[in-house]
Amino acid sequence: MEIITARDRVETKELEEEIIPSLQKIQAQYGYISKESIQTMAAELRIPVSRIYGVALFYAQFRLTPPARYILRVCKGTACHVGGSPIVAHAIERKLGIRVGETTPDGLFELQQVACLGCCAQSPVLQVNDHIYGQVSVSALDDILKLYV
Amino acid sequence: MVNWEALQTQRQCAEKTWYELENSPIPIIYIGAASCGRAAGALETLDAAQKVLDNAQVDAKIIQVGCIGPCYLEPLLDIRMPGQPRVSYAKVTPARAEKIIQSVVVEGSGSLRGAIAHFGPQEFSQEIPRFFDLPMLKSQKRVVLKNCGMIDPERFDHYLASGGYRGLEHAMSMKPEEVIETVGLAGLRGRGGGGFPTAKKWEVCRNSPGELKYLICNLDEGDPGAFMNRSLVEGDPHAVLEGMLIAAYAIGATRGYIYIRAEYPLAVERLRKALNQLREYGLLGTDILGTGFNFDIKVKEGAGAYVCGEETALIASIEGRRGSPTTRPPFPAVSGLHGRPTVINNAETLATLPHILANGVDWYRQFGKPGNYGTKIFSLVGKVRHSGLIEVPLGTPLRTIIEEIGGGTPRPFKAIQTGGPSGGCLSAQFLDLPMDYESLAEVGSIMGSGGLIVMDENTCVVDLAHYFLTFAQNESCGKCTPCRLGTYQLLNLLKRIKSGEGEPSDLNLLQSLALTVQKTALCGLGQNIPNPVLTTLRYFWGDYETHVRDRYCSAAICTDLFSFEIDPVKCTGCGRCLAACPVGAITGSRRQPHSLNVNLCIQCRQCYELCTFEAIRVLPAVQPMPEIS
Repeated sequence: MEIITARDRVETKELEEEIIPSLQKIQAQYGYISKESIQTMAAELRIPVSRIYGVALFYAQFRLTPPARYILRVCKGTACHVGGSPIVAHAIERKLGIRVGETTPDGLFELQQVACLGCCAQSPVLQVNDHIYGQVSVSALDDILKLYV
Repeated sequence: MVNWEALQTQRQCAEKTWYELENSPIPIIYIGAASCGRAAGALETLDAAQKVLDNAQVDAKIIQVGCIGPCYLEPLLDIRMPGQPRVSYAKVTPARAEKIIQSVVVEGSGSLRGAIAHFGPQEFSQEIPRFFDLPMLKSQKRVVLKNCGMIDPERFDHYLASGGYRGLEHAMSMKPEEVIETVGLAGLRGRGGGGFPTAKKWEVCRNSPGELKYLICNLDEGDPGAFMNRSLVEGDPHAVLEGMLIAAYAIGATRGYIYIRAEYPLAVERLRKALNQLREYGLLGTDILGTGFNFDIKVKEGAGAYVCGEETALIASIEGRRGSPTTRPPFPAVSGLHGRPTVINNAETLATLPHILANGVDWYRQFGKPGNYGTKIFSLVGKVRHSGLIEVPLGTPLRTIIEEIGGGTPRPFKAIQTGGPSGGCLSAQFLDLPMDYESLAEVGSIMGSGGLIVMDENTCVVDLAHYFLTFAQNESCGKCTPCRLGTYQLLNLLKRIKSGEGEPSDLNLLQSLALTVQKTALCGLGQNIPNPVLTTLRYFWGDYETHVRDRYCSAAICTDLFSFEIDPVKCTGCGRCLAACPVGAITGSRRQPHSLNVNLCIQCRQCYELCTFEAIRVLPAVQPMPEIS
């Protein structure tokens, strides 16, 4: 029988620390967390699938379905809310014919609302994939979306 | 072997490099390229500037600096011509950048046209003021933000030349207990929200038994409307790291973590670069500078959960678990990460340490007032003229912040939210309130991490409370009942009031439920999220009453409780609203008063915000006319 020392226990625990970074790596590479990737991870880290699944569901960053080509993130931070981001979100909903959380049928755009992006002085802010647009007005939306069609 | 002497030599080299840069024979161009600057288009401006220099084959150096504060002026571009002070240009679009670089750098016109300020001595120019004399900067005291926007955040030698790591040097010449005592005498309190004395936390951790102790830097800046920590790390990452080294030395920690939001990719990148530089110069790892002190730092990226800003939830998240808080005691300083004594300090708290250690207690105590010494960084946003990142001594009245630094509000002031979703909404009667921990607590708000959101009469406080509750409800981890179900019921009540179905009795119910959640929730998140509801009820009772009694929202926000109408006397028929209306609800011919069809109107406010003649009036909701077939 193996004798587990206090030091070993700390090391096992430090292995569990890798759950979130591993999920982040998977998502960075594949765009989402697939069922298979959770199973592989569980086997490699020797952690139950349920633990990993529970973590993946808890954090807003992780998604379990494949993403659209362009993800439109309308900031809903306080400054953006006061600065009119709900109006921007509604305008996008009207223009693309989808609601927040949905993807256009062609798989091109997905609309999300996210907590603060930290560019509050530029409110309202719209992020398209990694690019951030500041002081977005409803009239400027067409010009922005045109870049991605 | 890297030791103190080697660091001194390094510092002399760095000072020489800095001197050469300040007296450079070629022009230097500084661009504020933190995340906020980039959102305003700083990188496009940079490309345009580079192109002009390449075409003209002029030798010049471009430096990307962090955020200097006045975000409303971004993108900011500064030029230092040989033998001249640095001169600032504001709102530099790529097209403007081309013109400015062509005229000032390529042709050497020497003109200050279009410039807003300079960094030289008073007598340098009569035309433009000194940068730090601009109205937004004059009342500020930049201590922690001293380097932001001034140095290249990716250069170790720039930080060293500006006096960096002198604080650590002083700290390590003392015993750890003496460092704790110094920080205690300086009266430093946690800048993350609670305002707990930093030295006390450290003392408990230092005195807790165990070889292995952890230090965690909390950079999980989740408050919507706050970006103090992001700007600090993007503009001066080494300040936070030096603070971590000092804190680790004081409490005897050997392992450190930086828990940072994944939404801040630039800050993460700059931290990683800075950590590598530290390793290279022997300031991180085993036997730091030959003193026998061991300390290493890991960066942990958060995964998007507001509750992880709470200490015990943050620890759970680092351990790879769901971010649910646990009961305290035991406090993390006794039993924290992996059951070991752990200190969690906010990034701003840590970045203050080098200044206290390098300049002494008396120097630090000149800022602020007894019990609230030092300076605090705020992000000032919302409906103010000058939004941005500011640093003022604790105890500065709100009026100074809003009117002098913020330049006032374009429309009449209505309220200010301090402390983010956990804070309170204060009305105009509190404009003379000093910004210190106790005064804010007395009126039902908190200092929080430092987000200040200014609102004008176009903001509906019921909508604001609804907004914060929606946020809280989304972010509640679900562990304790008061928070999980209490916020849900609070939100339902607010939804009813917003949609015109509220009854006057709902207001008392709202208040008593909010008080119950405040008293019974498990962690700081749950205990503080009723604050926006309680403070708006306390200071804006009348607004709630018009919502439930008159079914009217005068700020034109709650769509079920108002309608728009065009005032035929004021309308000039300019056609701006007609062109902007997305649903064709506005009709009329040019130079004739327009009319608005309430049946078609979706209340998107576009016409209301565009109209410069105040011809769009807000009225109580009109029941749409039934369609006649």
